[in-house]
Amino acid sequence: MSNTIHDMGGMHGFGPVEPEPNEPVFHEPWEGRVLAMQRAMGYTRLWTIDGGRASLETLPPVTYLAASYYQRWFLGLEKRVVAHGLVGEDEIKAGKSLRPGRGLNRKLTVADVPNTTRRGNFERPAPAPAKFKTGDTVKTRNINPETHTRLPRYARDKLGVVEAVRGCHVYPDTAALGDHNHAEWLYAVVFSGRELWGEDADPSITVSIEAFEPYLEPA
Amino acid sequence: MADDPHSHSHSHAHGSGEVSELSDLQLRVRALETILTEKGYIDPAALDAIVEACETQIGPHNGARIVARAWVDPEFKKRLLEDASEASNSLGHVSPVGAHLIALENTPDQHNLVVCTLCSCYPWEVLGLPPVWYKSAPYRSRAVIDPKGVLSDFGLKLPEETKVRIWDSTAETRFLVLPMRPEGTEGWSEEQLAELVSRDSMVGTGLPKSPTEAKGAGR
Repeated sequence: MSNTIHDMGGMHGFGPVEPEPNEPVFHEPWEGRVLAMQRAMGYTRLWTIDGGRASLETLPPVTYLAASYYQRWFLGLEKRVVAHGLVGEDEIKAGKSLRPGRGLNRKLTVADVPNTTRRGNFERPAPAPAKFKTGDTVKTRNINPETHTRLPRYARDKLGVVEAVRGCHVYPDTAALGDHNHAEWLYAVVFSGRELWGEDADPSITVSIEAFEPYLEPA
Repeated sequence: MADDPHSHSHSHAHGSGEVSELSDLQLRVRALETILTEKGYIDPAALDAIVEACETQIGPHNGARIVARAWVDPEFKKRLLEDASEASNSLGHVSPVGAHLIALENTPDQHNLVVCTLCSCYPWEVLGLPPVWYKSAPYRSRAVIDPKGVLSDFGLKLPEETKVRIWDSTAETRFLVLPMRPEGTEGWSEEQLAELVSRDSMVGTGLPKSPTEAKGAGR
């Protein structure tokens, strides 16, 4: 979903940022297990990174805010394995497997782990030429889909300038719905602080987002 | 310690029916790992290897080597700013970096700050897993609207004339800030310089250590 609590840019009231000196990689061993399960299940390619994000975004807002980061990941993963029919609700409730699993195309082995410490490449061949070029003024569209999108609310219906053309990348909005290959042109689009936040905004700040072509129209 | 639900403030999850006490969550995490293992979807040994890689191999020391090289080698710096993935991988001694890494050069005129308002996108191949504050609501909400306030939470005050540019990581591109080389480090070796490069200086919420600070920290 798009207009949910995860879209936090510009919200007030969360208080100061609190850096933790000498923060450990994981605060509790279970956090590492959650991260590793997430990676291992991602390796099966049953869903993409966007499908994973979408399942976190559909958590109830109160749960999203109350849970720690890895708690959210865990809840999202639990939801996803059930939604994909890999694990039954009854098995989650029982806390153990009640039936054999179904066959998967890929299973992460120890030997493959080094390959998972390198991010994948999301660039794809372009189906059409890019509509915009560096220096173009563009307007972000005013969209409010109930499905996943990566256009934050604070940057909708705003005038910006294309600063870079990043190539043609897998489109999150459709990838989250199961089309893992559809790609769109991706641009860095920069906005003045005043365009985003009004006349009282600090004139010395600018903000950029990485915007897919369907988010943009000519200005 | 691990059995005490109040042993760590970041693990709190009050006011939610779905996430109760930490010990309950630990049991659920363990149960899910058991179910996924019994059904043949994951190999616990691969999970161990992922956790170990996160704790030992990936981390900000990788990014620090990249920054230090850019400080001593103008040709490398040029390549880094053109294609940070390619340049980083050419060093050989850091863990492999996937596509779409983008280096952002700090100058006396412009300070760069990286955020992911929608989730937690972070260049973990070069900086390790993101710290809790980077994934927190205060940072995600305020970085784009009140970046100078966020920097002051980190004790950082920039000169009046410095503009602040915020990069919201809304796609699969990842950003690494290339901080300015500290004064008084003429003739320093690449290894010595790398010791000055803090994680936060590569996110934009800090500056590299000065030679005096490095000495004070017992380096």
